[in-house]
Amino acid sequence: MAAFKDAILAGLVAALLALPMLGFHLGDSAQGLQLETHLELVPLAAAIVFAGRLALNLAAPWLAKWKDRAPAGKPKLETGVSRRPLYIGIAMAAAALILPLTPWGDRNILDKATLVLIYVMLGWGLNIVVGLAGLLVLGYAAFYAVGAYAFAILSQMGFSFWQCLPISGAVAALFGLLVGFPVLRLRGDYLAIVTLGFGEIIRVILLNWASFTGGPNGISSIPRPSFFGMPMTASSPGHTTFHEFFDIPFSPVQRIVLLYYVILLLALVTNLVSLRIRRLPVGRAWEALREDEIACRSLGINPTSTKLSAFALGTAFAGFAGCFFATRQGFISPESFSFIESAVILAIVVLGGMGSQTGVVLAAILLVGLPEWFRDLAQYRMIAFGGAMVLIMLWRPKGLLAGRTPTIRLNKGDAA
Amino acid sequence: MNYFLQQLINGVTLGAIYGLIAIGYTMVYGIIGMINFAHGDIMMIGAFISLIAFLVIAALGVTSVPLALVLVLVCALFFTSAYGWAVERVAYRRLRGSFKLAPLISAIGMSIVLQNGVQLVQGARVKPLAPVITGGIELSGAESSYPVTLGWLQIVIILLTVALMAGFTWLIQRTSLGRAQRATEQDMGMAMLLGINVDRVISMTFVIGAALAGVAGLMVTLYYGVVDFYIGFNAGMKAFTAAVLGGIGSLPGAMLGGLLIGLIEALWSGYGSIEYKDVAVFAVLILVLMFRPSGLLGKPEVEKV
Amino acid sequence: MNAPLLQVENLTMRFGGLIAINDLSLTARQNEITGIIGPNGAGKTTFFNCVTGFYKPTEGRLTLTPPDGGTWPLQAMQGFRIAKKARVARTFQNIRLFPGMTVLENLLVAQHNRLMAASAFSIAGLFGLKSYRKAEAEAVEKSRQWLARIGLEKSADLPAGSLPYGAQRRLEIARAMCTDPVLLCLDEPAAGLNPKESLELNDLLLDIRQTSKIGLLLIEHDMSVVMKISDHVVVLDYGARIAAGTPEQVRHDPNVIRAYLGADEDEPLPAVVAKDLGEQ
Repeated sequence: MAAFKDAILAGLVAALLALPMLGFHLGDSAQGLQLETHLELVPLAAAIVFAGRLALNLAAPWLAKWKDRAPAGKPKLETGVSRRPLYIGIAMAAAALILPLTPWGDRNILDKATLVLIYVMLGWGLNIVVGLAGLLVLGYAAFYAVGAYAFAILSQMGFSFWQCLPISGAVAALFGLLVGFPVLRLRGDYLAIVTLGFGEIIRVILLNWASFTGGPNGISSIPRPSFFGMPMTASSPGHTTFHEFFDIPFSPVQRIVLLYYVILLLALVTNLVSLRIRRLPVGRAWEALREDEIACRSLGINPTSTKLSAFALGTAFAGFAGCFFATRQGFISPESFSFIESAVILAIVVLGGMGSQTGVVLAAILLVGLPEWFRDLAQYRMIAFGGAMVLIMLWRPKGLLAGRTPTIRLNKGDAA
Repeated sequence: MNYFLQQLINGVTLGAIYGLIAIGYTMVYGIIGMINFAHGDIMMIGAFISLIAFLVIAALGVTSVPLALVLVLVCALFFTSAYGWAVERVAYRRLRGSFKLAPLISAIGMSIVLQNGVQLVQGARVKPLAPVITGGIELSGAESSYPVTLGWLQIVIILLTVALMAGFTWLIQRTSLGRAQRATEQDMGMAMLLGINVDRVISMTFVIGAALAGVAGLMVTLYYGVVDFYIGFNAGMKAFTAAVLGGIGSLPGAMLGGLLIGLIEALWSGYGSIEYKDVAVFAVLILVLMFRPSGLLGKPEVEKV
Repeated sequence: MNAPLLQVENLTMRFGGLIAINDLSLTARQNEITGIIGPNGAGKTTFFNCVTGFYKPTEGRLTLTPPDGGTWPLQAMQGFRIAKKARVARTFQNIRLFPGMTVLENLLVAQHNRLMAASAFSIAGLFGLKSYRKAEAEAVEKSRQWLARIGLEKSADLPAGSLPYGAQRRLEIARAMCTDPVLLCLDEPAAGLNPKESLELNDLLLDIRQTSKIGLLLIEHDMSVVMKISDHVVVLDYGARIAAGTPEQVRHDPNVIRAYLGADEDEPLPAVVAKDLGEQ
């Protein structure tokens, strides 16, 4: 049968690919490179691929039912503003709010949840640029870095987290405007590569301008946030600490809980601003620009300034997130802001479903949260991540929860 | 002056390598409008395969350097093409008609898989190779302040590149495959209606691009003497810059762009700061896209309203 | 005679060696429908693209003089500004709606500039200020009126891309009208419409001219539309003007007949062609 032949072909190709890479191993030894042979791996790989491909082919009719039914090009728009996404969102926010108070809210889980929330916030921020305005940006981590370094450098001069938070956002937005202005009129994939280039430039500068940025060692001793001016430490001369004020014994968990609530607050603000702005003229202009830029120009909409506004807002949120990242870690270095970071954030937005807020949360949990559980299998983490990106795109090119909810309804009578 | 000459020679050699990789980018972009993010990593695979092939051939007892080179070249061409074919078949073919970002994300995912796959299988350490081709021609006089050498290796690289370019141009201009490729590039729908097997043409495009990248990988292995799994990303970005600089979709443009980028990198390393050489190349990319997005040899696109 | 609205003087458009528009001059007047006809490839859409700022003319002048005063040199203006400041609106040969957005949202996007001004670039909207809410309500109401006029009120919340073809065409016209233009340029609005829909289109365009008192510039191949409703017709061939006048005059012009059919001027028109050109 055709399925069988196809599987044989796949197996043969796999054998061919495996022969040099799996069949031989470049071992490191004192004398230099040693060649080790593992030729038995080749037929093994071929067999696995053969079996997998055969199974996939045989299961194809059943899988087709599961696949995204809407043709890849057509818009899948929910008619009517149904209330369901809103309820799900509120439920998730409520769950997140009470998490520290539940039995699951231990230090470990809160720590991981904080990490996931950073990526949720970054995803929501990038969603404004990529999902709403349709601008493909591959260097988002650069603005994340700008926000983090802005706070780190200012903190060396004595500024606190809360003071620097707005500054980080403003600096990142400023960089966004500077970078965006010359390049936003470029076509989709060119814009992607240019923003990637900018991201790399910023990373190299951070790595090499040691006098300003600390070079590869980064900046450390970044202060933690305080709770309305009360430090979250065991004791602090001249200040009433948090635990002294509330007359409870000091515990390091308190700081973790505070960090968790801070990022939760930041993320929720990002979300609310996105939701609100969609219903404003500038938000609608972003979405219209994404759908058809030529039509927008014919309606008198300035594409450049519209794109710039999306870019500036998106990068501002990256800056806020960066400021938080710095304070959570206590130190930063250029390693945390490589291209892979940008790729992860972009993957979260696209895999979640462009424009879908809950999709971003889901994707962040999948792509960032789950791998954290499998920390021990760290070497497989990245390859699983890349594989997930490819597989999800093949299965659902528009993302897991794609679909657009309209921002306004005329006929309120017939709700879905 | 001698120093400049040496940088020039280095730049041209580097440029040849970048040009070979750039052709892959420009061909794929020309035919399906997609940036093959994983192409640089295909080059990296070519480099690893070359390294492995060298060791295997040496272990099999071949001592003649030219023979070993030819055998390794054939291996690099063959296996890298297979990888290029497989990547297209697995990650891109299904997404051809679909939503704009999907192939790009898939390509990024593929790039991550290749990089980390090689790292997993071969180990994360840098792999060195003892120099295979050494020595060269002294171009400067015995009394000069700075020795200018044109290495044999550099000559091999440049000549090989020229030969490949000539063969490749012949393929595109003179053979029916090349005609089919050009037709598909200009109007895929019409090509299909005329009975051209578009899937096969696109596969061949990827295969040819991968083959050239494989040769580039071999050259990188010989030239730098070290291979690691990250070289694909870096070289890929620069080769893509070269393709854009020359005019994406234009094959002579890819070679010209490669040459220019190689020269820029060599001269900047020689006269500027070496840490920021990558920044110089990226800055070129940004400037070109800002002021002349169609590149040096490309045609400016007129908007269809 | 109505005052001139758009004066085209010696317009030339060259793409490399190709001359798409060749020294074209014409006048479109206020409160009139001016039809632009001509064989395929005559340069009609290129002309529109010059007027609406998608191409920059190689030579010549395009001067817009709206009824409430002012002069706009369109050849020197940037694309979107022609729509925003000079208030020239257009529809496209291949419909360009925002397919993923609802019908209502399409019309709201058209009122972008007014809403941005009312919301202080959306900042007032962010804080829910009254001035913005009022402006948005007015915009919605205006949209509702247009939707009622084109019969799409019930479909207001459907995605624009899901509408049948004729409805999409009407929506595109309504969207252009929501920008409050002084000149409306329609690029083959009847393409793909059946005879009944073409008649409805005629009514709509005549109604627009009547109530909104703007000037309309119309490219069309469908003679049952353009000959019936145009006040003035200009005929293009190979980028140049070969005839202009009332529909009656143009119908009988031998240059026009020759351009379409290549026939000898002495030969009588075949009956089927005469019917096509609107002869009784």
